[in-house]
Amino acid sequence: MIREPLIFEISAEGKRAFRLPKLDVPAKEEIIKNLPLRREVEGFPQVSEVEVVRHFLRLSRTNFCVDEGFYPLGSCTMKYSPKINEKIASLFQFLYAHPAASADFVQGNLEILKTAEELLAEVTGMDAFSLQPSAGAQGELLGMMLIRACLEERGNPRKIVLIPDSAHGTNPSSAHICGYSVREIKSNEAGTIDLSSLAQSMNDDVAALMITNPNTLGVFEADMRKIAEIVHSKGGLVYMDGANLNALVGICRPGDMGVDVLHLNLHKTFSTPHGGGGPGAGPVGVKRIMEPYLPLPVVERKENRYLLNFKRPKSIGRVRSFYGNYLVIIKALAYILSLGAEGLREVAEVAVLNSNYIRKSLEEDYHLKYKTPTLHECVFSDKFQKVHGVQNIDIAKRLIDFGVHPPTMSFPLIVPGALMTEPTETESKRDLEIFIEAMKTIAKEAKGNPGILKSAPHNSYVRRLDETTAARNPILRWSEEKKAG
Amino acid sequence: MSYISLSDKDKKEMLERIGISSANELFRTIPDEIRLKKKLNLPSPLTETELVHHFQKIAKKNTYSDCLSFLGGGAYPHLIPYVVDYLSLRSEFINPYTPYQPEVSQGTLQVIFEFQTLICQLTGMDIANASLYDGASGAAEAVLMAHRLKEKPRVLIARTVHPQYRRVIETYIKNLGIEIQEVDYSERGEVDFEDLSRKLNDKTAAVVTQSPNFFGIIEDFKKVSELARSSQALSIAVVAEAASLGILEAPGKLGADIVSGEGQSFGIPLSFGGPYLGFMSCSMDFIRQFPGRIAGQTKDVDGKRGFVLTLSTREQHIRRERATSNICTNQAWCALRATIFLETLGREGMRELAWQNIQKANYALEKLSRIKGVKRKFQGSIFNEFVLELSKSPSKIEASLRKKGIIPGLSLKEFYPELPNCFLVCVTETHTKEEIDRLAESLEKVLRES
Repeated sequence: MIREPLIFEISAEGKRAFRLPKLDVPAKEEIIKNLPLRREVEGFPQVSEVEVVRHFLRLSRTNFCVDEGFYPLGSCTMKYSPKINEKIASLFQFLYAHPAASADFVQGNLEILKTAEELLAEVTGMDAFSLQPSAGAQGELLGMMLIRACLEERGNPRKIVLIPDSAHGTNPSSAHICGYSVREIKSNEAGTIDLSSLAQSMNDDVAALMITNPNTLGVFEADMRKIAEIVHSKGGLVYMDGANLNALVGICRPGDMGVDVLHLNLHKTFSTPHGGGGPGAGPVGVKRIMEPYLPLPVVERKENRYLLNFKRPKSIGRVRSFYGNYLVIIKALAYILSLGAEGLREVAEVAVLNSNYIRKSLEEDYHLKYKTPTLHECVFSDKFQKVHGVQNIDIAKRLIDFGVHPPTMSFPLIVPGALMTEPTETESKRDLEIFIEAMKTIAKEAKGNPGILKSAPHNSYVRRLDETTAARNPILRWSEEKKAG
Repeated sequence: MSYISLSDKDKKEMLERIGISSANELFRTIPDEIRLKKKLNLPSPLTETELVHHFQKIAKKNTYSDCLSFLGGGAYPHLIPYVVDYLSLRSEFINPYTPYQPEVSQGTLQVIFEFQTLICQLTGMDIANASLYDGASGAAEAVLMAHRLKEKPRVLIARTVHPQYRRVIETYIKNLGIEIQEVDYSERGEVDFEDLSRKLNDKTAAVVTQSPNFFGIIEDFKKVSELARSSQALSIAVVAEAASLGILEAPGKLGADIVSGEGQSFGIPLSFGGPYLGFMSCSMDFIRQFPGRIAGQTKDVDGKRGFVLTLSTREQHIRRERATSNICTNQAWCALRATIFLETLGREGMRELAWQNIQKANYALEKLSRIKGVKRKFQGSIFNEFVLELSKSPSKIEASLRKKGIIPGLSLKEFYPELPNCFLVCVTETHTKEEIDRLAESLEKVLRES
């Protein structure tokens, strides 16, 4: 494969890939007099259109993607993104609508926002939604802000947020930005929240519990109602991280289990493309008690007309401009409308079936720290392979040779050497078998030929990269002087 | 529709292997009392064809694109070379996730590295991140960063900063013991330097100004930054209309310490407000407090150049509550679009784009402010927006123009009660001379007749 240079390295004076229409008003030099001007953007590339196209096409071919194959990145729900939803989101009336246009001009958009809020409320059992957050972490932050506003009005915002040790790193970080200190609660032997230690930790200083259900091990917190009772009985509120909602759609609803506020990841459960790291969308659902605090504006329906209400004195304010990642919301709505109630339930059923099939097929080859039944994902570890000097990273990199994307390795922190595996519902049995066979082969190689794992991947565009040097001696941009090769 | 790939036979075989008889048993850990007893109450499922018709019908209820519009105010209509759509919709770009596995994500990582370089070149800074959600939350992240660096309690924000950005900053900092003071604007529509000097003191962590500001006026970042520095405060330069960077000096070269902005103008359609593209850059000295993902260059075991996500000890997945930000998923695909856009326009295209904006907007300003009953509100120099003041209440004028299919701009009275008769007009390279003239003629006629 041709090694694609940086665009700056193929730039040459005078080349152009695009021309603007000729300026059709008289140009006046005097209007830029006395302004802080630049002659040009120094270092900006000059290339032809063909060069641009080849550059990005070649780069694209070095990426692995869901459309190419199995992508069991745990907790990320890498399901297939329906192509038609891209087309729908690019209807020109959606694409070219200005967000500051008055409501009269954008009735269609407001209808979509309102409908999406209502359908998400039905799916989750919550009473109201804000579609403003751009991603899960921003949803968490908004959720925490709503909790704080609600408790403040009750007289005391409190100080602490309880978070299980299995949680995703954004949870403690979001709580912290909202001015709370974080207290970790230890998981029990089943990998779930221990009721008695929760009860001990719960007091008048605790604002909320942030819980992920099913948790990051893929285990359902079966005591959810009791957990909520314990928190509520001491005046706290329950926040649910809905990253793993794919396991529950149509089966049960957070709103029926005592959850006061939650966020969803539309790019996970509701199939919108992950874009190489966003844009996602992290809508927040609340129970009635939290509704007055939702961010501005709120879409309202009056006699089949839609309007934007900016006058809500208890609102926490705003977490971003305008109304959120609107085009992402359209795609998620299209997904819900194309599946319907039975289709969504089947999503959860097959996602859980696929995951349990993988678990059953690999449980003798890979260690499972927690034996508790799991739903949509399961977290293997490298414990059996470690005795041969093989770590989870070696297993992950070797999987690349088999045409499979590696599972998640960076968490949950309670499983050392984790391989968090989430197949999603869209995978065929054939693709599951490709993964299972690869994992079994790798388990054998770990015993007989660990060297082949240590040096993997073997056929990728680049092989294992030196991450230590990257961090120790950071090169974070191209520059004329540092023409490294 | 269904996107399931298992046949009934597959399902049966898989259940058998697992050792259970029905899918229902897979959910045995969910107690019966919280199981849904009925189907979700959702509309009946639609086929692909029905789905398209359904949304086409809703889309027609948006009449905005039938109008000749001069709305800006944080979201700008700009041309988008076709290759941006063509390339960005490739599966390999739109269907992976965050590049945690660099060996199979070099495309995404190299694009981020090029994006970081382009943002550094545009803003005149050493380092940039892989993107933030949008300009508003990016500005809030910049304020949080400045507060961590300076550990001082107060932030000064110009009232000429986009009102939504100010609201988001306020919302973000509310619970962190940071105090905000707003700085007034002058008669020219620029930050009021006397007010700024008065409010600056040793408690000030940062000064936030925006250029071009919400009134479209080009601010003096140099003077702001000098004043900030004299009080050991940081200067945060916000750029809500990034197309201006094609002709205006880089804020980093004018003394700004942190630049944060909105990159929507770079190949991202108006999209009713999102997804957009937050960007941020600063000097290398601040790297430890810098939020967001960063790609860096390194080598593989064979010595070949490659790229990885780096300096992740700042981030939530390692540092948890002590992270520099809670951001995880960002706006990578929008950053990709911006990268294709900027590289396609290139050095000359960027200059030309900015030049046309400044020329056309000034042409419109001159033409419109000559109309009887219309006044240019502020005398400061503009980029592609300006404020006009009408002799009469603009709501009636607006309604009459609307009947002619014209949206003349954004009324300012919601954001600035002291400017009840003012509106903000945006003119970019997408507006032809003929359209600008049509606005002028229609406005003149409507004013005459009212």
